[in-house]
Amino acid sequence: MNPIASKSRADRRAFVAKLLSTVPDALVVTGLGSAAYDVFAAGDRDLNYYLWGAMGGAAALGLGLALAQPTRSVVVITGDGEQLMGIGSLATIAAKQPRNLSIVVLDNGHFGETGMQRSHSSLGTNLVAVAKGFGIADAFAVDSLEGCDEVSRRVLSRDGVSFAQVFIEANEPPRALPPRDGPFIKNRFRSALGLKPF
Amino acid sequence: MNHSTASAPAWQEAVFKVLKEGGVDQIVYVPDAGHSHVIRSAIADPDIEDVVLTTEEEGVAVVCGAWLGGKRSVLLMQSSGVGNCVNMFSLLQAADFPFFTLVTMRGEYAEFNPWQGPMGKATQAALELMGIHVLRASHPDEVEEIVSAGYDAAFEAGEKVAVLLGQSLIGRKKWERK
Repeated sequence: MNPIASKSRADRRAFVAKLLSTVPDALVVTGLGSAAYDVFAAGDRDLNYYLWGAMGGAAALGLGLALAQPTRSVVVITGDGEQLMGIGSLATIAAKQPRNLSIVVLDNGHFGETGMQRSHSSLGTNLVAVAKGFGIADAFAVDSLEGCDEVSRRVLSRDGVSFAQVFIEANEPPRALPPRDGPFIKNRFRSALGLKPF
Repeated sequence: MNHSTASAPAWQEAVFKVLKEGGVDQIVYVPDAGHSHVIRSAIADPDIEDVVLTTEEEGVAVVCGAWLGGKRSVLLMQSSGVGNCVNMFSLLQAADFPFFTLVTMRGEYAEFNPWQGPMGKATQAALELMGIHVLRASHPDEVEEIVSAGYDAAFEAGEKVAVLLGQSLIGRKKWERK
């Protein structure tokens, strides 16, 4: 049992919708699966980059983006399973300490997309301790909608990399499927940043 | 071990020259001896973000994020790292990202360590299976031109390119420390 696993849990859709409403200018990267659906359900934005694969790559992709756009807030929103697959990327991020990067792990302790098998975060892994151990000092857990403010404040301030573990209910809200057309999502995102085609 | 910067081989200096003149913004890497001059130079250059990775597939995602933000990022790895990247290479195809990687080869020339053989011999095929165009430099005097050709194809034409830097460039590894 995770010693800090919380009994109280936030509703994932409400949490993500509230977070995104408070950081309207942020560049958002999602991990595949439910995190992408949550972000899309909160309203499609040109500055959302949805992954439909590349499992384990969301936080690392967010690092490359944060280093490329140091004056913009970058938020990675992903799930516990996706983050666990790319867990070493937290060390890579900590080594760079990008001030404008916030990682938000929606943690239901399960692999929701594949049949709700239990993940490591409900079998003993403490993701906040892991993030701190890798060198992300500002790592913390929240377990309610109110906790969203702690995340938003960090996203808006851009004064240090942060890692938020958001305990969410292990339910499956209705599917809300973002576009799967990778070049479209990429080009739309770059265009919204004012970048020209090569 | 001698970590002196005084005597980097000319071909390694040529690699950094191509990247620098090509306007590279990020150099992300899992180290290898053959990349050591480029890594040192990236760390010393205030205009280049150097990112050390725990595993190579992180680098595939980092360079895509950089491109999404309008920057040029290059991945350095050893041939064994190509195997670690295979599924993450899907990102390059699925979203059609430009991609440029430099791969120092093991398991192909005067190799001492049999554990390097399987992945080294599969490196080129693994890259090609995942849709990445492979170039190779085996002689010091061709490194600059081939790296430059690959870099331009990636960032001017949007291709996915790997340049394999042959093990003969690095030479025989000295296993006995004096």
